Amino acid sequence: MKILVLAEINNGELAEDQTSKTVSAAATLGKVDVLCASNNCSNASTNVAKMENVENVIVLEDEIFAQGLAESYSETLIDTINLYSHVFAPSSSFGKNVLPRIGGMLDVMVISDVSKVISEDTFERPVYAGNAIQTVQSVDKVKLISVRTSNYSAVPSTGSANIKKIDCIGKNPLTTFIENRMQTSDRPELTSAKVVVSGGRGVGSKENFEIIEGLADKLGAAVGASRAAVDSGFAPNDWQVGQTGKVVAPDLYVAVGISGAIQHLAGMKDSKVIVAINKDEEAPIFQVADFGLVDDLFKAVPEIEKKV
Amino acid sequence: MKILVPVKRVLDYNVKARVKADGSGIDLANVKMSMNPFDEIALEEAIRLKEKGNAEEIIAVSIGVQQNQETLRTALAMGADRAILVVATDDVHNDIEPLTVANILAAITLKEGPSLVLCGKQAIDNDFNATAQMLSAKLKWSQATFASEIDVREDMVRVTREVDGGLQTIDAKIPAVVSVDLRLNEPRYASLPNIMKAKRKPLEEISPAELGVEITQRLKVIKTKEPDSREAGLILENIDQLVEKIQENVGG
Repeated sequence: MKILVLAEINNGELAEDQTSKTVSAAATLGKVDVLCASNNCSNASTNVAKMENVENVIVLEDEIFAQGLAESYSETLIDTINLYSHVFAPSSSFGKNVLPRIGGMLDVMVISDVSKVISEDTFERPVYAGNAIQTVQSVDKVKLISVRTSNYSAVPSTGSANIKKIDCIGKNPLTTFIENRMQTSDRPELTSAKVVVSGGRGVGSKENFEIIEGLADKLGAAVGASRAAVDSGFAPNDWQVGQTGKVVAPDLYVAVGISGAIQHLAGMKDSKVIVAINKDEEAPIFQVADFGLVDDLFKAVPEIEKKV
Repeated sequence: MKILVPVKRVLDYNVKARVKADGSGIDLANVKMSMNPFDEIALEEAIRLKEKGNAEEIIAVSIGVQQNQETLRTALAMGADRAILVVATDDVHNDIEPLTVANILAAITLKEGPSLVLCGKQAIDNDFNATAQMLSAKLKWSQATFASEIDVREDMVRVTREVDGGLQTIDAKIPAVVSVDLRLNEPRYASLPNIMKAKRKPLEEISPAELGVEITQRLKVIKTKEPDSREAGLILENIDQLVEKIQENVGG
């Protein structure tokens, strides 16, 4: 068994939380190597080398890796990846983009969104928007696993792995990067935040979403949104929590004006404590909330913000 | 150009999935089945591209049981020109894995010669999010996943992708495989006249063997169980109690 983790590095910047939690899942099976591929890996590889249970950090640098395009990544790295029996990646937009393409190239299935590594060939993963958990056993020669990172804790930074640089010539004749339009924010990252305040359709408009953001900032929280709120243009796409958005498991999740469709619950029901504020006492969100308040959010949230 | 759109028949998204008592899977007997919502979005986009003059023909493909022809009739009623049904199993509980689906779609692509394959980004039953990427690798075509905007140009398609952190725009050379996300469009409903017309549109049936593809199962499902359930908690009486609970759990 040889285990590889694909580090997520966006334009030279390591997605440390996602990568560390993926290492944590992979290390269930033993020591791991981590592949760092980006335009500049110097900071990323130093940080990855400190992660516990990492033996070797394999570094490939080329401009072509900067934006994580699937073709550049899979075509150029396939020889390195081929040396391993297990390849893990975070189940982020990076991992979901790249890992199945590698599966197609190697003719092996991908085991998406793994919530628990049981043994070297057996894994648990949620299906049907988390309404069922499946245990699957892979018969493939190579296991490709994307990890639901919210189910794992980051590994401590007590390691000291070797860093090995490999020369490579980046290839990608198929796609060209044009631009990124990223949300910049001083708030904590949604998937790793300890507290998340989310707004739903009940918030009513983009302007009103400032109420949610105000409470989030007071609590030092990340801001999330339901699909309904994102579809209505109240909140940007990368705030979406749910089956098709981000999966979060903070210590505290505050759901405001969110009715609680199963697709939304799929993204947050592993939170430690759930608080719901909704004026409709029949809202399904109250069936999963530890604490609920039936009240008008426009009255309640500003008052809560003042008092906490 | 031709556009190929794979459509999956899945448990309707408004129906709650029930785990079978013997732990062998989800109960799909006598429940409402519909077209996977992401595939509906892919099909809608193909129809819009045809309406804009970017495409001449839309071929819908479904892989699974005989009853998938209902899903294909829906696709034809929405605006697909013809349909291909690949009967890969006679048991609705037997989910065909994305890798096999990609192999079947690759064979159909070589036969039909589309320049663009538009897929839903994931099926809402197995939640794999893999078929488009695997197909793209098999065909050695360009790949653009999670599209929220698609603009077909001369020899490439400009795709805006929903990624962690925001949006990314890339140019993918045609032929391309594009997987679509929720906010690309809002699919139309089929009108009654179109539903009637769809009955006369061609629907071809073909077996995996005729395409030279073997149905394999790489992931054996050992067990399906209910997730740990949460119990409904307390409904608090006033804001002050809620503030107290929030304070107890922040930084806890």
